[in-house]
Amino acid sequence: MLRAGGAAMGGAVTLSAFRALAAEGPIKVGILHSLSGTMAISETTLKDVMLMLIDEQNKKGGVLGRKLEAVVVDPASDWPLFAEKARELISKDKVSAVFGCWTSVSRKSVLPVFEELNSILFYPVQYEGEESQRNVFYTGAAPNQQAIPAVDYLMSKEGGSVKRWVLAGTDYVYPRTTNKILEAYLKVKGVANEDIMINYTPFGHSDWQTIVADIKKFGSAGKKTAVVSTINGDANVPFYKQLGNAGIKATDIPVVAFSVGEEELAGLDTKPLVGHLAAWNYFESVDNKDNKAFIARWKAFTKNPKRTTNDPMEAHYIGFNMWIKAIEKAGTTDPDAVIDAMIGVAAPNLTGGESTMMPNHHITKPVLIGEIQANGQINTVWQTPGTVVAQEWSPYLEGSRDLIADWRKPLSCGNFNVKTGKCGGKA
Amino acid sequence: MKKITHWRRHWSRALTIMLTLCCAGPAFADALDDAVAHFSADKFPQTQQAIDEIVASGAPTAPAILEALANNRLLFDPDEQKVYFSDENDNLYDLRTGEKATVESPDDLKKVRLNNAVRGTLQAAQGAMTLMAPDPAKRMASAREIFKSHEPLALPQIEAVLAAEKSPDVKAALSDARAAIIATTPDAPDASRLEAIDRLKARGDQDSQGMLAGIAASAQGQVKAAASAAAASVQARLALWSNVQNIFYGLSLGSVLLLAAIGLAITFGVMGVINMAHGEMVMLGAYTTFVTQQAIAAWRPGMADYSLLIAVPLAFIVTGAVGIAIERSIIRFLYGRPLETLLATFGLSLILQQAVRTLFGANNRQVSAPAFMAGSFDFGGLAITSGRLWIIVFALVVFILLQLVLRATSFGLRVRAVTQNRRMASSMGIDTNRIDALAFGLGSGIAGMAGVALSQIDNVSPNLGQSYIIDSFLVVVFGGVGNLWGTLVAALTLGIANKLLEPLIGAVLGKIAMLVFIILFIQKRPRGLFALKGRAVEA
Repeated sequence: MLRAGGAAMGGAVTLSAFRALAAEGPIKVGILHSLSGTMAISETTLKDVMLMLIDEQNKKGGVLGRKLEAVVVDPASDWPLFAEKARELISKDKVSAVFGCWTSVSRKSVLPVFEELNSILFYPVQYEGEESQRNVFYTGAAPNQQAIPAVDYLMSKEGGSVKRWVLAGTDYVYPRTTNKILEAYLKVKGVANEDIMINYTPFGHSDWQTIVADIKKFGSAGKKTAVVSTINGDANVPFYKQLGNAGIKATDIPVVAFSVGEEELAGLDTKPLVGHLAAWNYFESVDNKDNKAFIARWKAFTKNPKRTTNDPMEAHYIGFNMWIKAIEKAGTTDPDAVIDAMIGVAAPNLTGGESTMMPNHHITKPVLIGEIQANGQINTVWQTPGTVVAQEWSPYLEGSRDLIADWRKPLSCGNFNVKTGKCGGKA
Repeated sequence: MKKITHWRRHWSRALTIMLTLCCAGPAFADALDDAVAHFSADKFPQTQQAIDEIVASGAPTAPAILEALANNRLLFDPDEQKVYFSDENDNLYDLRTGEKATVESPDDLKKVRLNNAVRGTLQAAQGAMTLMAPDPAKRMASAREIFKSHEPLALPQIEAVLAAEKSPDVKAALSDARAAIIATTPDAPDASRLEAIDRLKARGDQDSQGMLAGIAASAQGQVKAAASAAAASVQARLALWSNVQNIFYGLSLGSVLLLAAIGLAITFGVMGVINMAHGEMVMLGAYTTFVTQQAIAAWRPGMADYSLLIAVPLAFIVTGAVGIAIERSIIRFLYGRPLETLLATFGLSLILQQAVRTLFGANNRQVSAPAFMAGSFDFGGLAITSGRLWIIVFALVVFILLQLVLRATSFGLRVRAVTQNRRMASSMGIDTNRIDALAFGLGSGIAGMAGVALSQIDNVSPNLGQSYIIDSFLVVVFGGVGNLWGTLVAALTLGIANKLLEPLIGAVLGKIAMLVFIILFIQKRPRGLFALKGRAVEA
């Protein structure tokens, strides 16, 4: 393995590369995704895609002449265990960066570890924002890269000129924050209080009869109504089944979801759901060369012609390529140097554009609105003309309106208050 | 002013449709040319325009073209500006000539895309076309569709069809649709609008209420007053019905709880085994359903509608066998040691979950609903989901069968004898080991049957069982350990109470309130609603 990697390079480079290899061995990459427990359904795929990306990079000769080596751990959907495993990856396995976490609570649980041990985390999932940390790179969408464009689309003539809104979510931090931002945004757009209905349900809620009936009632007040769903994971299948059974068609009351992707739809008969919407930054159905090649490689790597791809996978794809570029730019895997080198790095996304790492440690992304099809795929019906820059601190929330994050020197602050001119301490 | 021209435009457009539909001439080629250009533009507004042109062309192929569009079977060649539609068997037809066509590389053809706006136009256009179908059921469906969309375009046709309609049901549906259109059209004469509002008020369902509220918000004068009065009266009627509706939801939730808990009522309630792996038996039942459907789809696709009926006994056998295996290999060594049983069965539940995850993958599996369980129907002011209704029936049937087995068979007699007094039963010549194993198998098998029903409303994933285990224990403990009737009453009470609370305080608080209530209740009556009396209690 080492010999082959070295021999691929030419002349003097070979020698130095060889020395580097002998001295330092492979670059280790930590993968911190749950492989058991409730989150395994979503996170196992991300572990697999990381293994594929690392494998491909090694076939290209690794980075800085060194091979990459994946270190996979299983935090088992247990939030405190995430912190323990992160500590193990950084101090014991000496990984250069970690790709991991799905839920916000798991991310919050590992933040202090990454800060204390000064390592790097790539977080690939859309989340509620209101955070920017020096050691974390957020490759998923902030609310303005998903929720707000979706609402804009529904308000437009093409989206059906929606006047009345149901904000339905699972009762935890992501839906609550997103809905707070959306509610403020809708009010700015002149939507009256009585035209907004907000509803929260417990995790894994499975009896949706009452809520679906309420939505139907709310939607038959003579104004075009839409549902904005931040319902999480397992609760989605019974929700959509009930919607289908209650005969709520997308042409009557469209539902736009922020947490439903190709993976979740795989467990559903989508025929009654055709036309309901999802807002993401990537769909498997996106028609371009890079994406087709990526899907083909993914199916070959997993040896499963039916495996789907999804948005967080694309986020890891972008994040991983950015990380490789940043290491090449810095010439080292030293965390401080890589963190500085990351800002401004651009990498192609799978929707035919380029994403750039901004000084707030979030990336630019296009926003896609897609419709669920009868075959379980999501087809794009609308997309932002270019990429959108993340607003990690929402301008629609009290308290975060005046904050910005900029990790370039000399500011180097994740929550700089532009009114008081002070950095509010480490976020 | 603008409104009036809009209304006129609709009328004239509708008139063209009328004329062309009844006396379709060969002069539709030009209109189809425009449609071809608009379809191949690959833009939603153009597609909408093309639908109108197809309808207006009066081409005999028009219904087939719209049908193809609705099913993503309308294809266009982006380079050559040609559009094709295909039928169910993938035969291609040229849109312009309507003749069979062959394409060199069908993969290069792109599908004409739809969005919800296009779908709305399309449904209205299709509705108008099927109004003349010879099948009354189709006419009925189309009339209902038009009622919902109340697209003014369809009015002249409705009036034409209405005059000739024989079937009284279809006639009523058509009159409703006509009323919906007239009532919601701002430029219709006031008198006919008032008449239409009366008809909507008499109909009195959620859709009418929505239309009336919309009219009340936008109209003026007399119409506004009539519409808001009608809306209020419908509202009051619906509010009354919504209480009944909540009770139905409660029954439905209760039946799900009953199904989940009834197997546990045997293993925990009658046998006294704290069986934490009960949820996994439900999960295995759901996976059995999945496997059965896959097998039927592969070998006997014609029997897809009976897949659930076939899955019920299979699930009972599979999970019953697993239950017996568990009892023989683990639980029989742990009788009388509740703590060890709890830990052992909890470990077992994790093992089963991970085993299924390894075997089937972590993703949800798709279990489809047979036709008779899909959709919903109206009963008075109630909207009843067919699937939910069948689950209520199924839960009750399972409950009655179980009662019969326990009360009216010699096996049931033995189970009761063993659980009431093991040593006495043994000395009467009952093989207690065998009865233990069979009773545990029965409880597990029933959990598996519950899994078949739950696969219809919940995720079929390795975590399915987890979400029901707590609820199941709550129901059994609340109802009184060892009493099947207690389980029935407890499940229905909790279901209905939960659904009556939910509209008042929300799902999250509702769940908390139920838990607090049960904790307090158990403090007061530790043995549940229906406590067993007599010597069995002390044993």
